[in-house]
Amino acid sequence: MIRHLISAGDLSRDDALLILDTAEELDQVSDRSIRKLPTLRGRTVVNLFYEDSTRTRISFEAAAKRLSADVINFSAKGSSVAKGESLKDTALTLEAMGADAVVIRHGASGAPHRLAGWVRGSVVNAGDGTHEHPTQALLDAFTMRRRLGRLEGLRVTIVGDVLHSRVARSNVLLLRTLGAEVTLVAPPTLLPVAVSGWPCEVSYDFDAELPKADVVMMLRVQAERMNAAYFPTVREYSRRYGLDTRRMALLPEHAIVMHPGPMIRGVEIAADVADSPRSTIVEQVANGVSIRMAVLYLLLGSEGTR
Amino acid sequence: MHALHPGGGPEAGPATGARTAKALPEGKVVLGPEEIRRALTRVAHEIIERTDGAGDVILLGIPTRGVPLAHRLAARLAQVEGRPAPAGSLDITMYRDDLRLRPARTLGHTDVPPAGVDGKIVILVDDVLYSGRTVRAALDALGDIGRPRAVQLAVLVDRGHRELPIRADYVGKNLPTSQREVVQVLLSETDGQDAVVLGQNAIATEAGR
Repeated sequence: MIRHLISAGDLSRDDALLILDTAEELDQVSDRSIRKLPTLRGRTVVNLFYEDSTRTRISFEAAAKRLSADVINFSAKGSSVAKGESLKDTALTLEAMGADAVVIRHGASGAPHRLAGWVRGSVVNAGDGTHEHPTQALLDAFTMRRRLGRLEGLRVTIVGDVLHSRVARSNVLLLRTLGAEVTLVAPPTLLPVAVSGWPCEVSYDFDAELPKADVVMMLRVQAERMNAAYFPTVREYSRRYGLDTRRMALLPEHAIVMHPGPMIRGVEIAADVADSPRSTIVEQVANGVSIRMAVLYLLLGSEGTR
Repeated sequence: MHALHPGGGPEAGPATGARTAKALPEGKVVLGPEEIRRALTRVAHEIIERTDGAGDVILLGIPTRGVPLAHRLAARLAQVEGRPAPAGSLDITMYRDDLRLRPARTLGHTDVPPAGVDGKIVILVDDVLYSGRTVRAALDALGDIGRPRAVQLAVLVDRGHRELPIRADYVGKNLPTSQREVVQVLLSETDGQDAVVLGQNAIATEAGR
């Protein structure tokens, strides 16, 4: 097993499947009366969050606590970062406190990679800028495998703001490793320039992609990262790239609808669609805890062998 | 990832590759298929005697090879008493005391009968009893699942060298060994044949814990 989880692309097929299989077993823990395992007793996991997050931070915290690790939550607001401390100095502080794992979310792409060079513990990327969010991709793959029984040959359509999405990049890399075929659908302005080098197809016509999709994953329009006009109006975006009931009816019977959250109802996804039985949005959150438990266990399970 | 060990059977010595090996591992065969069959039948009868007909009994095998043994014992209990005996599996990987010393292990499967273990007599089943550390981990794992009325231990082979105050209630075969030796249990469900083999291995005492 690799020591840090920075990019979904670092995972080999065997690594990825091991994480998914481990998560499958750990999922049982959430059904028990005592939802705790003693595995990481005496280890410290630091949640280092420079950007706002609900789901991911809570999910990592729950995962670490279910494995009996001590959790230190750090958010940039109200810390020395607000006073101007650099990432490196913060990292050295954590190092001095003996963090066994650092879960980092940062607005700058590549921050987890830099951090990995400064600390002795494992670094888990919980989202860096517009780069990657590997545990989200793992929990998405886990959800697909649970709902549809396989990943090999699955056709996954990812729709929306790919340019600003770390989820899209991580998913493309991981799903490719696991044998699924990915198609990105977005307005040309919301696709990265280098998308031609990604291992996936690109389309601008959402309706044409729907009938052959096993999975449709909707992405949020990340207005907070937009410093220019990427599309004329929200209404026009929603009409061309939003998933409404009419579009959902074009999907095959078995197809599922995913969203990494937070979703904006009425923009990329209609409320009826988000609440339909085909939507896995709530499941994805529950599966996130199991996936993060698996990642922490596999990264931290064996300190002595390093 | 290449360094991962298949889950379970750690006390039985290095299990790597055993599942695919068709030929017997090197060493002396101490129990053949017939002897294993007779030992399990005797253990099943002892369980019935000691638990007043095995009415409240749940058999939980410790992966890997404890699981088929638990199912074989359950089948014998059902045969003798004429009512089904529930059997399942209990993975202890997350409760091991040597997790930090070895690469992260793949998890085995935990499968507890739906009725749960509360108020029942749980019989833990494993292939080899050696240091006793696996059983300690199993007791911890069991405590997180429920509160059985009593917990007992059944093993196919007791090879001695306990490191904890633990003993088995039911033993298929007492096998005096030296710590340099390896005891390998093969079962048709996992290895294609039934046998208990006693081999020599200088590094086994390290790897076999």
